[in-house]
Amino acid sequence: MTTLLAFPILITLLIVQTAILSNITLLHGTTDVVFLAIIAWTIQRRVDTGWVWGIIGGLLVGYVSAVPIPVYLFAYLGSVGVALLLRQRIWNVPFLAMLIVTFTGTILLQGSTLIALRIANTPLALEDTINLIALPGLVLNLILALPFFLIFGDLAKWLYPEPLEI
Amino acid sequence: MRSSSARTWQTVVLALIIIGLIALALGGYLSPVTRVVMAPVISAQTWLSTRYITIQNYFRSPQDLVRLRQRNLELEAENARLETQIIELEQQLSETRILSALVDFARVHPQNRYVAASVIGRDPSPFVKYVIINRGSDDGLRRGMPVVTSQGLVGRVAAVTAGAGRVELITDPASSINVRLEPSGAQAVLLGSITGELALDFIPQSVSVQAGDLVLTSGLGGNYPGNILIGQITNVRRRETDLFQSATVQPVVDFSRLEILLIITNFQPVDISPLIPTPGAP
Repeated sequence: MTTLLAFPILITLLIVQTAILSNITLLHGTTDVVFLAIIAWTIQRRVDTGWVWGIIGGLLVGYVSAVPIPVYLFAYLGSVGVALLLRQRIWNVPFLAMLIVTFTGTILLQGSTLIALRIANTPLALEDTINLIALPGLVLNLILALPFFLIFGDLAKWLYPEPLEI
Repeated sequence: MRSSSARTWQTVVLALIIIGLIALALGGYLSPVTRVVMAPVISAQTWLSTRYITIQNYFRSPQDLVRLRQRNLELEAENARLETQIIELEQQLSETRILSALVDFARVHPQNRYVAASVIGRDPSPFVKYVIINRGSDDGLRRGMPVVTSQGLVGRVAAVTAGAGRVELITDPASSINVRLEPSGAQAVLLGSITGELALDFIPQSVSVQAGDLVLTSGLGGNYPGNILIGQITNVRRRETDLFQSATVQPVVDFSRLEILLIITNFQPVDISPLIPTPGAP
């Protein structure tokens, strides 16, 4: 059920991302709502489909983007791994975990994209890339981390209700 | 008998007085008297009428309020419908203007065949400059086909599915295009960047290049047809120690507001990579 739910949610977010959010830039950086949705879902307690969401999201975004698919798969699954790790470590402050995963995941995604494009002989000025794309994108992702965390928290509570203690 | 005569006289006198008063009133001689007499009457009438209307309104107002609210809702709905219609018509007008410009462009270049496509999205990664269009292989699009607007060159088709395509813009950091400068006729290479700015490189030192010179595709390399306008040189950098001059280019196309594109479908890009010698090859 929650695996199937990944398709409508992530496809809808991908459409919003490509049609609207990619046009809204801070300097040249943009947010990545598919990434935020995956980690906001994974960070919730009792959610056990984070890896599947990561794979589905990576394949969807990789299919649409000109950036090679393995980059998104690697970055999204790496972020899911970090999210699961922090979920166990910082289980009582989940929003702090969300912020840390957003930070590390965004760095992972942008770093792996940069490396992949450099391997493909795309000339990218490192300083410009960090100042104009990576840092503004990181700021936007951190700003949107809270609403995504709250929305997916409610969704997780709805789909995984607390067991009643008798 | 006597009393009957007296009553008759009284009646006649009274009638004469009444007739006299009427005559005086008609002649306007009684106006001051009328004003004094009628003033309190009119005041009383006004007071009473005002109270009556107030009370009447008090009892009738709920019905009117409901009716007015209903009417207001109807008018608001009508207003919203008309505003939506205006937005739709403005959108249609904008599209018609773009299409008209594209038709003019196609008339000027009759040797090409075109397919028009709408831009429906941008690449989710900010590291690359690609747009997604609503035409694909079902519409005859193939990888490598040049994409233009009525202003000039936009890029080329990088990937296609049955119903959609991805266009690499000339501002993409991986884009490099062989260009010709006018009026000097010099050859150079146009490069994209992550900021979306265009730069010219490999301009020979011997060539005189100035701000305002036009940049057009040269057709060399086989990736693009020749003579498609790209932009104008805005700034030239020339240093004696460098092998080549470089310059920045202002594109004629506004890449932030791409809506409708034309894909040149009868141009087949030539793959010259097998002709490029590789290190270690015999």
